[in-house]
Amino acid sequence: MVQVGSQGAVEPDSIKPLKGSNMADVNRGNRPLSPHLSIYRPQWTSITSILVRITGNALIVAALLIVWWFVAAASGPEAFAIADGVIRSWFGKLVMFGSIWALWYHTLGGLRHLVWDSGRMLDVDKSEMAGQMMVVLSVILTIFTVIVL
Amino acid sequence: MAFLTDRKRAMGMGSAKQGTHHHWQMMVTSVALLVLIPFFVFTFGFILGAPYEEVVAYYQRPFPAVVAILTMLVGFFHFRLGVQTLIEDYVHGLAGRAAIIGMICLSYAAAAFAVFAIIRIAL
Repeated sequence: MVQVGSQGAVEPDSIKPLKGSNMADVNRGNRPLSPHLSIYRPQWTSITSILVRITGNALIVAALLIVWWFVAAASGPEAFAIADGVIRSWFGKLVMFGSIWALWYHTLGGLRHLVWDSGRMLDVDKSEMAGQMMVVLSVILTIFTVIVL
Repeated sequence: MAFLTDRKRAMGMGSAKQGTHHHWQMMVTSVALLVLIPFFVFTFGFILGAPYEEVVAYYQRPFPAVVAILTMLVGFFHFRLGVQTLIEDYVHGLAGRAAIIGMICLSYAAAAFAVFAIIRIAL
């Protein structure tokens, strides 16, 4: 006889897995999946999280432009003139302006992760407030940076 | 198929190996960048737009140069970890492995070029 929780004694036969449903016989393809991103209504937590990923990876464009600028400056005045010209062109300025916001937003996103990792602000209402703070503060920091520089 | 146990089926399928270390490195670089990024934005942003001679003279000073070197090193290492997670989520199989290797090489190459350039300007 085998004990199963509070259900009391049951026959061993009745707790054997059904044929075809044990873990070694995985149902691939035709099984219910948990709902994915497109199913949910946009939330502050999900959208701000996705934006952390997008901003972080998009920063590679500005980062490579800056590396080129440093390498050009090390190479000499002629090379520097080209790289400096590109980074200060309307296209370069557009990339740099967008990247300033992306950098501040991603930095605040990282700060939020560190706060979460310390076990704080994990409640839904606090997480949503943190997301709203990230959007507001990143815009303020971007305006501040553009004014100062 | 019926002879495979659950354990045998799961083995080698990508269990947690380096995950904890990856996360720890992400935390350390995040904290470092929290300090470095404001310094880099306002030193690099300050000199961007200046003529060649002024840029070179500026990066011959220890503080802007070391801030730039550390930001490039830590920043590209942070990127290398982050982009790996991005690729692992969306690209699978051989293409995913190739993309991860490619981005790791790009990250280290970019960091090396940046550090070499800044040191060359500074010295």
